[in-house]
Amino acid sequence: MSDTARGVDISVGLFILLGLVSVIFLVSQSLGASDISGNASYTLHAKFDHIGDLKIRAPVALAGVTIGRVSRISVDPDEFRATVDLRIDSRFSQLPVDTFASIATAGIFGGKYIDLSPGGDDMVLQDDDELEFTQSAILLENLIGKFMLNTKGEPTE
Amino acid sequence: MSTLVRNSWSRFSEFAATFGGFQMFSFRLLPYLPAALLKPRLITEQIYAIGVLSLVLTMFGGFFVGTVLALQSYGTLVEFGQVDSLGAFAAEALVRELGPVVAALLFAGRAGSAVASELGLMRATDQIAAIELMAVDPVERIVVPRFIAGMISVPLLAAIFCAVGMLGVYLVGVHLLGVDGGAFWTHIHDRVDLYEDLGSGMLKSFVFGVSASLMGVYEGFYAAPTPAGVSRAATRTVVITSVWILLFDFILTGISLPGV
Repeated sequence: MSDTARGVDISVGLFILLGLVSVIFLVSQSLGASDISGNASYTLHAKFDHIGDLKIRAPVALAGVTIGRVSRISVDPDEFRATVDLRIDSRFSQLPVDTFASIATAGIFGGKYIDLSPGGDDMVLQDDDELEFTQSAILLENLIGKFMLNTKGEPTE
Repeated sequence: MSTLVRNSWSRFSEFAATFGGFQMFSFRLLPYLPAALLKPRLITEQIYAIGVLSLVLTMFGGFFVGTVLALQSYGTLVEFGQVDSLGAFAAEALVRELGPVVAALLFAGRAGSAVASELGLMRATDQIAAIELMAVDPVERIVVPRFIAGMISVPLLAAIFCAVGMLGVYLVGVHLLGVDGGAFWTHIHDRVDLYEDLGSGMLKSFVFGVSASLMGVYEGFYAAPTPAGVSRAATRTVVITSVWILLFDFILTGISLPGV
């Protein structure tokens, strides 16, 4: 093998290596969105009257710390309520059965997430259990509408 | 009037003939692909000529696209107090759109035109005929290694473009504009999705790679054997490849965006 052929081989090898390193870098940066997928997890269900614009993969937070993600959103055809599946990291499997789930907003224009407030019951939620106490999303536009109607209705003396 | 109709018809049929010839040529290449892998030497040489020599231009392009992206989006994001998501915004733009498209356009300009003029000059100086006389198939020997090398190189170049672009965004965003480094990476982790963003970007750059290298070898192989023909082949490669890349980009973005 001549010297030039060897040089070509080396540079092609380095080029492909650099490309693969870049791919691995990008993959490692994009794996965060499913960050609990690697860990063991369990699923809870919660029913809401209205979920606002909650999206799949929205965070599930306990005391403000993300402990899971919304894994599925569907509509219960009998009750006409939204059923949200929460996939929660198994490290947090000690949630009491009277845990309260509400749909909260991160900041004023931020995305929706699910906020869990643990209750005081001794019984612990198991995989596939349903959260009984829920609060729907507060729709900002409804609040503004109500506020405007109220102020308009009042006499303005 | 009849002249106009006749001219348009002849132009249209010429276009159809070229387009059909291009499809036939693409299918003609398919059976050669497995056999070409038995001669990796030819492919390595072409990866060097096509990919390695485009590397500096691609990295340069990626870095400065990243820095400009950071500077431009910072001005808008700072108005809404969302500078923390600068990284996520730039990463999505780079991985989904800018990386595959700009890397492929640079590739078409740097390597596609080189392949076309190289093959065109081989045609003009009867080297292709000479290879045929030696009972060596010119498609197998000349065309297919260049095509495979392009197909391999473009996705790698696009990935390098994105990675270097992220470096540029990071340097400008975090070190120059003072975005918090931790929030920068956290937002990227949260927002960029493996399949929806990176997957669709890589799929795009693979499609762009196939079309860019196919166009280069086709135009060069069938170039008119004159100096004007060779230059025409190089020009057509860049122009038609760019049009294809932008067209495919629209189609693939439409397919991969959910809920559109």
